[in-house]
Amino acid sequence: MELICPAGTPAAFHEAVDAGADAVYCGFRDETNARNFPGLNFSRDELREAIAYAKRKGTQTFVALNTFMRAGAEEIWYKGAADAVALGADALILADFGLMAHVAEKYPQQRLHVSVQASASNPDAINFLVDAFTAQRVVLPRTLTIADIARIGKNIRCEMEVFVFGGLCVMAEGRCSLSSYATGKSPNMNGVCSPASHVRYRKDGGELVSELGEFTINRFPAGEAAGYPTLCKGRFDIADSNGYAFEDPVSLDVMGELEALKAAGVKALKIEGRQRGKAYVAEVVSTMKAALNSPPDRRAPLLARLRTMSEGQKTTSGAYEKRWR
Amino acid sequence: MQIPPILSAPLHMIPIPLIERICRLMFGRIAKAHPGLFERLDEHRQKRFAFLPTDLPLAFVVVPGRQEISVLRKPVEIEADAVTEAPLFLLLALMEGRCDADALFFSRDLSVTGDMEAMLAMRNALDASNIDLQKDLAKLAGPFAPIARKVIGEIRDRALKDQNRPAGEAAAWN
Repeated sequence: MELICPAGTPAAFHEAVDAGADAVYCGFRDETNARNFPGLNFSRDELREAIAYAKRKGTQTFVALNTFMRAGAEEIWYKGAADAVALGADALILADFGLMAHVAEKYPQQRLHVSVQASASNPDAINFLVDAFTAQRVVLPRTLTIADIARIGKNIRCEMEVFVFGGLCVMAEGRCSLSSYATGKSPNMNGVCSPASHVRYRKDGGELVSELGEFTINRFPAGEAAGYPTLCKGRFDIADSNGYAFEDPVSLDVMGELEALKAAGVKALKIEGRQRGKAYVAEVVSTMKAALNSPPDRRAPLLARLRTMSEGQKTTSGAYEKRWR
Repeated sequence: MQIPPILSAPLHMIPIPLIERICRLMFGRIAKAHPGLFERLDEHRQKRFAFLPTDLPLAFVVVPGRQEISVLRKPVEIEADAVTEAPLFLLLALMEGRCDADALFFSRDLSVTGDMEAMLAMRNALDASNIDLQKDLAKLAGPFAPIARKVIGEIRDRALKDQNRPAGEAAAWN
């Protein structure tokens, strides 16, 4: 299985390539990609250099243009696609059907991957994208069990890529409105979930208080591991109890299920984390690569070291091993 | 790794203008070695970024657009747009991109307050910059540069070995 690794900066890109990534995914420094954070991402020149570096090392580059186009401003996304194709991207990761149609028509030779943001989660939806836009791979949402993935794999006509490590989005991606509700900005339209412009941290006695817009997301007592200030991982007063309504601050790790994912027909394993630093990218990619090359019984000790770099310093297999209804 | 009080204590006595002069020299050297250092800051270049080493009696305030650094003695009311607090060696590791800021935030070794957009831009600018303090600052020692390089390298290695950090981050120092 291929290892698909994140890069938010050229420095992180180099680390990912050097650490053994089969492909690195990244995006332009604008609203066309779902990690449109301050100071992050690539200029055209930086992407050109990154792709050249990757090609020399035999690594592929996937360019994410995975937000939804704004009506009347489609040119921004069309230009992004044109530039990514011209610069030699091995695949474009797209979410918007309109952009998929544009790319399929204008650049029929260009490999097209369906972003997780497209929320294609059943064979009918996926096969439609294959037939209509010649999609060659789908990135599946993190809401499916491994049994679901195996069933989908038997009934679709393209490759499957799944997230195996990193930030865990527990919502129907591309459809989630929580960030938009709290801040007016979303990953779907603006490329930012819980944008930094609306995040505030303050100390209250020994507690760390995180706020998003007008909402208090969490109060972390001294010594408790912290998490991102997203509504989906907030701790709230609900009726008579106080707790996590949707999910704890926790990251995804399903590397323990590699054999099952392989048997399910998964072609590529994706690491989340374009917003993370190059030290994280280097460490996670090299560890995952070592784990992939190790026998199953040797993987757990290798991967345990990554837990402390994870949100809340905890990991979960999430919906992949669903034990709830 | 925390700087022990016995080593940080002399900083109470050293005049601030002298410390500030040394810091400006170092800042200038780094800026010269990395001319595109703050390009990613965009509209945040003129903001005031405060860095508070939790194990030093000093605070540092940087205005990247003006290549300005000022040093203050704690306790002090900091006037800054964004404030980062962590032990000195972690702040230096972040400057070099050798530690992941999110991981340090999760473990509560790092705290941030104020303008998070500016702080995120700064974090990403530093992470993208390939600063190497050993290489960049040793030149300030002139003919003693090889010795300075060795000393800085040894301190850095020692800091990492002693650091009671998760194996993942320690391994990222190289």
